[in-house]
Amino acid sequence: MTKQKVLLSSKEVNIILHRLTSQLIEKHEDFSNTVLIGIQPRGVFLANRIKSLLEDFYKVPNVKLGLLDITFFRDDFRRGDKTLEANTTTIDFIIEDKNVIFIDDVLYTGRSISAALTAMQSFGRPKDIELLTLIDRRFSRHLPIQPNYKGRQVDVINEEKVVVKWAENGGEDTVYLISK
Amino acid sequence: MSELSVKHLLGIKYIQPKDIELIFQTADHFKEVINRPIKKVPSLRDITIANLFFENSTRTKLSFELAEKRLSADVINFSAAQSSVKKGETLIDTVNNILSMKVDMVVMRHPNPGAGVFLSKHINASIINAGDGAHEHPTQALLDSYSIRERLGEVAGKNVVIVGDILHSRVALSNIFSLQKQGANVKICGPKTLIPKHIEKLGVTVETNLRKALEWADVANMLRIQNERLDISYFPSTREYTQQYGVTKDLLNSLNKEVIIMHPGPINRGVEITSDVADSDQAIILNQVENGVAIRMAIIYLLASKIK
Repeated sequence: MTKQKVLLSSKEVNIILHRLTSQLIEKHEDFSNTVLIGIQPRGVFLANRIKSLLEDFYKVPNVKLGLLDITFFRDDFRRGDKTLEANTTTIDFIIEDKNVIFIDDVLYTGRSISAALTAMQSFGRPKDIELLTLIDRRFSRHLPIQPNYKGRQVDVINEEKVVVKWAENGGEDTVYLISK
Repeated sequence: MSELSVKHLLGIKYIQPKDIELIFQTADHFKEVINRPIKKVPSLRDITIANLFFENSTRTKLSFELAEKRLSADVINFSAAQSSVKKGETLIDTVNNILSMKVDMVVMRHPNPGAGVFLSKHINASIINAGDGAHEHPTQALLDSYSIRERLGEVAGKNVVIVGDILHSRVALSNIFSLQKQGANVKICGPKTLIPKHIEKLGVTVETNLRKALEWADVANMLRIQNERLDISYFPSTREYTQQYGVTKDLLNSLNKEVIIMHPGPINRGVEITSDVADSDQAIILNQVENGVAIRMAIIYLLASKIK
């Protein structure tokens, strides 16, 4: 039987989103040389939220957001049972010499971010790349990758799953811990 | 659906409509990849592909090789002209020798119809048919449909006429299967001598008058006269063929609609189409070539993901 526990309620998610956005403004000010990159598929919801908070609430104009699909850069091609299905990549701006902020919902093994770093090279050479993640699953990393901005750090064993639900998908913003 | 229903791409006849849709969706992503500053992805870095060309090819061979390299596969090339085939080696022996070098996938063009199907019964590697005699040329048909979809939004319900030497054309047969599987209406147009008997049984209509065919069509796929395959005289002269079946700008302008012009290449300018038609905005011939790389990347990627 699966057990489901709420890690973050809608109210907590909202507070965290405001904190993360404020931290970004503290470092990147007017975002004139900074771009956001949402990692497909699940990082896109978080990236869209951050962008609208920046623009609508904190009045930072013209925040650039791109979507990056990492399917063709993953290191597990042909290692699973299923064909890896690709998503759309839309980066309609130049990333050369820009401060890039990767946005993903859960940081787990670090392999997706590693693939994203490789994929980014196809678009040029950014000034630097930072990572923002809503949930940081501590002690689960396969690679030396750490977030620069994190919503909540959680200690979760490998059999357990962290699921982030967004209001855009129906329901409300909640983070669940699911264990078997 | 995220997986092809087949292990090889031997012909359009053997695949499902949902396979075609999956190939197109995947090609959309690769089309974006090949328009990046760096056009290469590392997906197939542990796959080796042999391109076996037992018959001449320029466009298809280059397109396949580029697609393989953009996916980071290792590539070996073989052409029959410089090989032991001339010394009497059989097809299975040649291929098995190449496969002993740990090759995962074979792209093959062969003058004999059914060569791919025959080979698939004897070897383990994944096979992509890059043209087998006058039988099928599946990747060409897929890139043709993909180009129609790109220009007109969808293939279903569109009227497509294939004009020219249907009798000797593998492009025509694969296109008929591919277009029909996607719900398009297909008409064949050409001199009676170059239209196979009983072709109506495939569900296509036949028209010998080019103007009437173009008035019906949304898309015209112009095929070249395959002089190298013409063993007897099928029409009085090239000049007469051009007068009856050549598409000119004047002819297109006299129709009260815009017909999209396609050509699988190589073009014989001034025979099946005039230069001003080939270079006009109505022609999507160079889009076909660009899409060919994306389509072949998609097919190779999807088939390679089934290699365990």
